[in-house]
Amino acid sequence: MNHSVWLYIMVMALVSYLLRVLPLTLIRKQIKNRFIKSLLFYLPYVTLSVMTVPAIFSISENPVCGIAALIAAGIIAWITSNLFLSACVACITVFIIGMF
Amino acid sequence: MSTHKNLKYNFLHGMKDGVPIGLGYFAVSFSLGIAAQSAGITPFQGLIMSMLNNASAGEYAGIAAIKANASYIEIALLILIANARYLLMSCSLSQKLSPDLPLIHRMLIGFNVTDEIFGIGIAHSYPLPPSYMYGASAVSIPSWALGTMFGIIAGNMLPVNIVTALSAAIFGMFIAIIIPPCRENHFMLGVILVSFLISSLFAIIPGIASLSESVRIIILTLLIAGAAAIIRPVSDEAESEVTSQKEQEA
Repeated sequence: MNHSVWLYIMVMALVSYLLRVLPLTLIRKQIKNRFIKSLLFYLPYVTLSVMTVPAIFSISENPVCGIAALIAAGIIAWITSNLFLSACVACITVFIIGMF
Repeated sequence: MSTHKNLKYNFLHGMKDGVPIGLGYFAVSFSLGIAAQSAGITPFQGLIMSMLNNASAGEYAGIAAIKANASYIEIALLILIANARYLLMSCSLSQKLSPDLPLIHRMLIGFNVTDEIFGIGIAHSYPLPPSYMYGASAVSIPSWALGTMFGIIAGNMLPVNIVTALSAAIFGMFIAIIIPPCRENHFMLGVILVSFLISSLFAIIPGIASLSESVRIIILTLLIAGAAAIIRPVSDEAESEVTSQKEQEA
């Protein structure tokens, strides 16, 4: 079955909006439950991790590009915490290894 | 100072604080645009997608799902997981708003609760004026949306080897979000390495590997984050935030 990109975008927008607006309008409370709070704390880190690996390995036909980019960006992020710099290092790594 | 002057002051103050955020957003959403281009999303669709979503991880997850021709339920669940943290942020932010702030303002502020806009909102003194948030959003939303659009256009025009290299940018940024907290929180480093490992295994183990990308992300995120929350629950930071806010009021 083929799906409409516009409908995808609308579903994404609706879910994003509800997550943000419900606590400001209907709920208006702090989350007290420790498990829920902890889960929400870890969710973004785990989501970003599982979205990065293994997808980064298939950036180019040569998986070494992705592996090297992951390591290089990881080192730069550890040292500098700089988003832009890590991104540049990842791109340059893929570009250089891609030339061989 | 009259209310009108206050309104203008707060809006301009928000715009000023929104400029560095907007500049950073442009770079992130440009890389997001490169990813969107590979999923066949047009520049105009990308512009609208970013204008309505304002979320890097959420949009990237959405793009991956669109690329894989996922079902609408799948993409809804995926966005729910990828953006779940905004629920927590909005809960905190609601404590920062005046209790008698009209519904329409709450609905408008809710539109653009992002990590960075939440950050400056929480840093603002109580009660948080909506015009401050609108000022910041007036800078950050266009820059986020235009960045995505230009990323898609660039992806369409640049040579393949450059686009391949640029497609690593979004991952470099994700890495720069997940790695720095690991310096102080070694448990987090473990969580991330386990996520990398299990996620890679899920992509090769026969049977499980046939799961779609979005289902894989949903299952893994809930499993690993759930296990982490049980093994190492977080301390009550949000509680102390409210306490310090009440102290300010007193």
